[in-house]
Amino acid sequence: MDQNLKEDAQPRPARQVIYRHSRIVRLTHWINVLAVSLLLMSGLQIFNAHPALYWGQFGADYDPPILEMTAANPGGAHPVGQLRVAGHAFTTTGVLGVSKGPGGHPAYQGFPNWATLPGWRDLATGRRWHFFLAWLFVLNGAAYLLAGVVNGHFRRDIAPTRAQLRPSHILRDIWDHIRLRHPTGEAAKSYNVLQKFAYIAVAFVLLPAMVLTGLTMSPGFDAFAPWLLDLFGGRQSARTIHFVSANLIVLFVVVHVVEVFLAGVFNEVGSMITGRYAIRTEPHK
Amino acid sequence: MSGQAFSRRGLVTGGALALGGLMLAGCDQISFRRVLDAGEGLTLHAQRLLLSGQPLAREYALKDRSPVFKANGTKHPRTPEYLAMQADGFASWRLRIDGLVRRPFALSLAQLRGLPSRTQVTRHDCVEGWSAIGQWTGVRLAGLLQAARLLPNARYVVFHCADDLAGSADGKDRYYESIDLFDAFHPQTILAYALNGAPLAVEHGAPLRLRVERQLGYKQAKYLMRIEVADALDHIAGGKGGFWEDRGYEWYAGI
Repeated sequence: MDQNLKEDAQPRPARQVIYRHSRIVRLTHWINVLAVSLLLMSGLQIFNAHPALYWGQFGADYDPPILEMTAANPGGAHPVGQLRVAGHAFTTTGVLGVSKGPGGHPAYQGFPNWATLPGWRDLATGRRWHFFLAWLFVLNGAAYLLAGVVNGHFRRDIAPTRAQLRPSHILRDIWDHIRLRHPTGEAAKSYNVLQKFAYIAVAFVLLPAMVLTGLTMSPGFDAFAPWLLDLFGGRQSARTIHFVSANLIVLFVVVHVVEVFLAGVFNEVGSMITGRYAIRTEPHK
Repeated sequence: MSGQAFSRRGLVTGGALALGGLMLAGCDQISFRRVLDAGEGLTLHAQRLLLSGQPLAREYALKDRSPVFKANGTKHPRTPEYLAMQADGFASWRLRIDGLVRRPFALSLAQLRGLPSRTQVTRHDCVEGWSAIGQWTGVRLAGLLQAARLLPNARYVVFHCADDLAGSADGKDRYYESIDLFDAFHPQTILAYALNGAPLAVEHGAPLRLRVERQLGYKQAKYLMRIEVADALDHIAGGKGGFWEDRGYEWYAGI
């Protein structure tokens, strides 16, 4: 399959089908969807074993957390779930701190069972899932990065062009996004600059940061690469960054999926399955 | 060209089949668990490769210690044997070293304290996610194993403990742990009798606990009674090499 545009057979000027996503991008994308989703859920299971975050080399029950999920009145008739961040308490009953457990009884745990893998308290199994999926995620991500460099995908499709980096262009792109106006014609054949920034942030910053902060939490890997402890400011800082990065990935996925729906869910999802993407060649009025 | 396209299609189909197989395997709990457990083997072999030069775990400065070192797991064994030893300040306690060794022996706490010691300020990482830093003093396990002279088929060092975390009356759920010789002979693998310069408190495993830096907290067996050198783990207790391993946790706890 060549990378060039493939003209639609029908003589309809309003619609053109291009070959947008290479096979390796499509394959690694969906493996990544599977791995990251289950990594998130098994990660929440692991977090629930100690639902507090710290900054620095150490952090445990007697040290002040910077984030904590807890119950304000455990054992009471109406237990109140709380998220405490940097001294501020938010009531989160039903979701964080206190949620519905087996038989409808209140469960005192960070994240609710519906968000965790497995869907009950089981740190041992959650860890098995997490580290198995971490291997899948790392190998899949390595294949994606290697292919992107070798076949020129990053240089051709992901790196912003000089014209795209002009402040006026970026501002116009932001304005287009605010009005939910999507590019058509020639402009729709490549990613817009905000889209490129988002993909760069996720593929080259957030996802690699998840791997590195994850490895920093490993006492074995720390002996091999103690510089990771200095890079992230300690094992507990790395754990906090791991958590924050996971949240930012969730935020990206929410925006990504919303954009897919706004831009046309069948066309967008279809293009990530078949590679073919239909664009309007006439700007709509 | 068409051949290449075919092979690429084959690759994609193969990948999809493999993923499908992974999903299908979910129907069969046992074989699916085996697939998940493959992650532990990968991690063990990858870390063993990276750690083949036996680098040390980071050692911290005294000022970097946790103000309070959290105690976890058993905080006070209630068996009559332990309470009796505690009552006499562990004067009657002995550490036995036996199994696949030429010269099994036993040591008192005073004898252990008289041996050359190693002091290290290291980080303790609990499987739950928290960490604490403390200063440990003890005897290198390597020296004791050398004195006992391992038999050629020795592969594992098993630590039998006084505590019964599951609370069974017959002692069949006694805490135990195991490491292999790679970790047993690491310079930082010590049997610690002091934390932060003071004799080990009961909650931290008095009179003696294992420190195997580079692994998680549940490997750091407390209340040591007996060290058994073995060629396999499957005939001991639940057969997985440790109290928590028998309950689903990884034997290799380097991550």
